[in-house]
Amino acid sequence: MEFIARYYPFYISGTVATLCIAVITVFFGTIIGVFVSLFRLSRNPLLSAPANLYVQVLRGTPALLQVMIFYFGISRLVHIPSVYIGTVNLARFIPGCAALAINSSAYTAEIVRAGINAVPIGQTEAGYSLGLTKAMTMREIVLPQAVRNILPALGNEFISVIKETSLLSVIAIQDLLFVASNIQASSYLIMEPLYVAAAIYFTLTCCVSAALAYLEKRLARGWR
Amino acid sequence: MISVEDVRKSFGKHEVLRGITNHVEAGEVVVIIGPSGSGKSTLLRCLNMLEPPTAGRVVFKGEDMTAPRVNVSRLREKMGMVFQQFNLFPHRTVFENITLAPLKLKKGTKEEVEALAESLLKRVGLAEKRNAYPSSLSGGQQQRIAIARALAMRPDVMLFDEPTSALDPEMVGEVLKVMEELVEDGMTMVIVTHEMGFAREVGSRILFMDEGVIIEEGTPGDIFERPQHPRTVDFLSKVLR
Repeated sequence: MEFIARYYPFYISGTVATLCIAVITVFFGTIIGVFVSLFRLSRNPLLSAPANLYVQVLRGTPALLQVMIFYFGISRLVHIPSVYIGTVNLARFIPGCAALAINSSAYTAEIVRAGINAVPIGQTEAGYSLGLTKAMTMREIVLPQAVRNILPALGNEFISVIKETSLLSVIAIQDLLFVASNIQASSYLIMEPLYVAAAIYFTLTCCVSAALAYLEKRLARGWR
Repeated sequence: MISVEDVRKSFGKHEVLRGITNHVEAGEVVVIIGPSGSGKSTLLRCLNMLEPPTAGRVVFKGEDMTAPRVNVSRLREKMGMVFQQFNLFPHRTVFENITLAPLKLKKGTKEEVEALAESLLKRVGLAEKRNAYPSSLSGGQQQRIAIARALAMRPDVMLFDEPTSALDPEMVGEVLKVMEELVEDGMTMVIVTHEMGFAREVGSRILFMDEGVIIEEGTPGDIFERPQHPRTVDFLSKVLR
C-alpha cells in the first residue's frame, strides 16, 4: 500500500474533480429537469411533445455516447480556451458537465413528473377554488408536496450521477477514474489503484445516502 | 348572484349534465339533492369552473365565467368551496392554510388577514389548533378548518360539495352546526348533500336532480311534503325511511 503515500495527492485532486462535476451536474440537471417535467405535464402539445422527445432520446441513447457527442460537437461549434483550474481543463470540463447535466435532466424530469402526479388532484382544486392562479397553486401547494415524493428518487439520481462522472474520463477529464488509471500506468500496479478508487466512490455515495436519509426525516416533521 | 343557462357537461360520450338552467339569488340557501351519479356534484363544480361546462353559460355577479379569456381566478376568489375530502394543505399549519390565499392574493395587510384568520378559527371553535398540522386533526375538525379557509377570502357565495359524506357519523353534527351559523349570517350558499334533515331545515330552495337534469324544485315543504314528480317521490321514499 506504499503507493498511496506516493500518489495520494492525485487521488485527492481526482476526488475533488469528481465531486465538482457531480454537484454541477445535479444542480443544473435538476433545474432543467423541473422545467422539462412542467413542459411534459403541460396540456399544450407544443410544449409537451418536444419535452417528451427530449426525454425519450436522452434515455434511449448511451450516456457515454452523449458525452462524446457533446465534447466533439461543442468543440467544433465554439472554441473554449484551454483554461486550467488545478488539473482540470475547462475546454473539456464544460462540455462534459453539460452532457451529464442534460442526460441527468431527462431522468430528473421523469422523477419530478411522477412526484407532481402523486399529489392528489384535490390539492390543485383547493388552490384554484381559493382564487390562486395556476402558477401560485403549483409553487405554493403542489411543488412543496411533490418535493417530498421526489426526494428519495432524486437522491438515487445524485448517487447515479456520482458514478456516471467516471464517463468523463474518456474525454480526458482528470476525475477519480482517470487518475486511478494514470496511477496504474505509472506505478505498474494493476488492481490496487482501482481498489482505492472504488473505495473512494463508495465512501462518497454512502455519505450522500446518509445525508439524504437525514433530510427526508427533517422534511417529514410536522406533516405526514 | 349566479345564473346557470342551459349548462351541459360531457365526459367523453357520457353526458352528465343535460341542460341545467337555474338562478341563485343573494342570500339564498340552495340545496341540491338526488341519487349518486345524478350530476349534482358536477353542476356545483361547473359553478366555479373546476369543471368547465361543455356548453351553456355560468354568469356570476354579471360576469360570464364561461367566456373565453375571462379571469376565472379572480371570480373564484368570491366563491368559496368546501370539498368532500377537505383538501387541506398537509404541508401547512392550520393557520397557514387559512392565511395562504388571502396573503398571496393581497386581500389585506398581514395584520388584517391574520386578525380575520384568528376570528374565523374562533368561529369554527378551533382556536387552540392554530399551529397544528391538518394530519393531527379529526375529519370534522379538518372540515371546519376548510370552511374557515374558504371564508378567509370573504366570499359572496359558498359552495359545499357533500361536506359531511366523508365524515364519521359523530362528526357530522359539528360541521353542520358551523354551516347553520353561516346560514343565520345570511351567507349565500349552494349545498350538495345527502343530509335530508339538514336540507329541510336550512334550505330556502331544494333542487332535486336525476340523470343530469333538474327534475323538480321548490321550498323544503314542496319537495319533502308534497313532491310532484314520481322520481322525487321514489328517491325520497328510499332516503327518508
